[in-house]
Amino acid sequence: MTALGKLLRTTAFRLTLVYLSIFALFAAALLAYFALNTRRMINDQIVRTLDSEIADLTRQFEIGGLRGLMIAVETRAGHPGSNLYLVTTRTGDGLVGNVGSLEPGVIERTGWMETAYRRIDEPEIAEHQALVRVLGLSGGFRLLVGRDLEERERLFSIVAIAGRWSVAIVIVLGIVGGIFVSRRVLRRIDAMSDKAQTIMTGDLTGRLPIAGSGDELDRLSANLNAMLERIETLMRGLKQVSDNVAHDLRTPLTRLRNRCEAALRSARDEGDYREAIETTIEESDTLIRVFDALLMIARAESGEPRGGMETFDAAEIARDLGELYEPVAEEKGFVLHVKAADTAPVKGNRELIGQALANLLDNAIKYAGTAAVDAEGDRAVPDIAVTAETKADRVILSVADRGPGIPAADRGRAIERFIRLEKSRSLPGSGLGLSLASAVAQLHGGELRLEDNEPGLRAVLILPRADGLQKAT
Amino acid sequence: MLTESEVKDVARTMRLLIIEDDRDAADYLVKAFREAGHVADHAADGEEGLALASHEPYDVLVVDRLLPKLDGLSVIGALRAKGVSTPALILSALGAVDDRVKGLRAGGDDYLPKPYSFSELLARIEVLARRHGGREETIYRVADLELDRLSHRVTRGAEEIVLQPREFRLLEYLMKHAGQVVTRTMLLENVWDYHFDPQTNVIDVHISRLRSKIDKGFAHPLLHTVRGAGYVIRDGAR
Repeated sequence: MTALGKLLRTTAFRLTLVYLSIFALFAAALLAYFALNTRRMINDQIVRTLDSEIADLTRQFEIGGLRGLMIAVETRAGHPGSNLYLVTTRTGDGLVGNVGSLEPGVIERTGWMETAYRRIDEPEIAEHQALVRVLGLSGGFRLLVGRDLEERERLFSIVAIAGRWSVAIVIVLGIVGGIFVSRRVLRRIDAMSDKAQTIMTGDLTGRLPIAGSGDELDRLSANLNAMLERIETLMRGLKQVSDNVAHDLRTPLTRLRNRCEAALRSARDEGDYREAIETTIEESDTLIRVFDALLMIARAESGEPRGGMETFDAAEIARDLGELYEPVAEEKGFVLHVKAADTAPVKGNRELIGQALANLLDNAIKYAGTAAVDAEGDRAVPDIAVTAETKADRVILSVADRGPGIPAADRGRAIERFIRLEKSRSLPGSGLGLSLASAVAQLHGGELRLEDNEPGLRAVLILPRADGLQKAT
Repeated sequence: MLTESEVKDVARTMRLLIIEDDRDAADYLVKAFREAGHVADHAADGEEGLALASHEPYDVLVVDRLLPKLDGLSVIGALRAKGVSTPALILSALGAVDDRVKGLRAGGDDYLPKPYSFSELLARIEVLARRHGGREETIYRVADLELDRLSHRVTRGAEEIVLQPREFRLLEYLMKHAGQVVTRTMLLENVWDYHFDPQTNVIDVHISRLRSKIDKGFAHPLLHTVRGAGYVIRDGAR
């Protein structure tokens, strides 16, 4: 597409053309009205002048008869640039006046008409237009009084020419202005689409130019930039995740592969093979678990499972899970307490909230194994407390332990995917438990907070409280 | 009373239909079911599966969700509309949280996300096949262990066993499916009504507590661990 073609196809230019056409049409109509009105005004003037002349001359005729009329006409016709006068007999022969010739038949009729004429003192070829009135006098005589229309036509043509020029100038200026405006807009749009092109080819750090005028294009750019910002953040997150996935899946996959290879190489009997295959299956189950957790986080973060929202009792979940985890906690040497309100209604996905709380419990049991030692050197009571309570419009689910806790500086990071703080690296786990709990909380419009339990860790799920609880199931 | 004949009834040959478009996965399932003593047919798309399931008397249908021609949920919906009530287990690779709910709402009887372990699938199918028989008794018996669902009393021999409410429900579920392997996730689903996969061995600890109450001090243990699969309650003497 040529530059001009591109320019002519812009919206700005097309709009200019539309406005221009409308404006030119109005201007032309206005000027035409003006011209016609001028012409009519001149006509009126002529008619009035001729009427008064005729009245005068008729009076002369009445007073002085034909003779008086002829003298009056003679006098008036003699003035240079005078009106047209003609007095004829019944047969149409001129008696007196300054008219040399008329269109045939004019003198026979009475009333107003326009006609071509020639003055008596002019050469044969000169012809002009005149507005005339013919009056029948007594005795069959006719009186013609008229006025040349040249003045009227000249004025009309002046107005008409001025009008045409005005319209022409309006159109030319309009088109030039339109091109100017379109080019300005086009230049900015071009800059924006060029930038968009480079962003599309992979440079996500690029941003659309902002002229600083705060106009609609600036606002558009600003919004698109905000969108790019969000996309970039998401992409960075995604890249981070895929890097971590690559790392966290690659390691166990390598282990898996190595084990199979080792079995192939050195297994001596069926028992060896069986053992190798069993460990392989166990490890692949771990892999699947990591994979599922990742998928669930991704789904929770994208807000997908909104479909499964129902109102349920979070206190019941706390009691259920407390009861579910109590034996395993006891086996590990903890005392697990549940302190739950009667009801704590939450609107959301019961499975996800249950999973989130289970993850917090898993964590507490896994990491609180080494009870912290307090100032006096006594080991703190190794208990785990699960609570569910309502506070104003919030429902608070928490799991508190007396383990080593997480240093304040590390708490933010602990929620991130795959982050396993230095001390816990030797323990098994996917490193996804807290980030899943956090994603679930966010999906429900709440948050996961890690607090100091002095000593130990208190993981708190804060969720919005639902209005009522329909007792289902 | 779960008699010997009933134990055999559980282990009887099942006729299964696998509606799955992945040829490899289907072949694997057909072979694995045959090794487990069952007969399995295979349909490669939804229409074929619907036609077969409408006309042949299967014990359980194993239906993949994403199928060519007609998706799995529509196949089950069409069968239910025709009045065919063959139990159906839905296999799904989608794995979304509300996926299971959708599957069960569409008329599926159980749901298993891919990847699954064959022992889990087999355990669930055996339970489905038996449930279709619709037997709900008031008293479950395995050897000398007896559970009364109305009075909530559990006895072994002459001895009364005191169980916590949840332990009672756990034993009730195991005894309802006596002779059948039930997996940890089946227990979590049916006894606790949660559908996630706990990372720690929470179920195992509950089982060992239950075991200490019903088996400790008796010559023949009834509650057995099936390695790589789950648990089964049966008369160990046989």
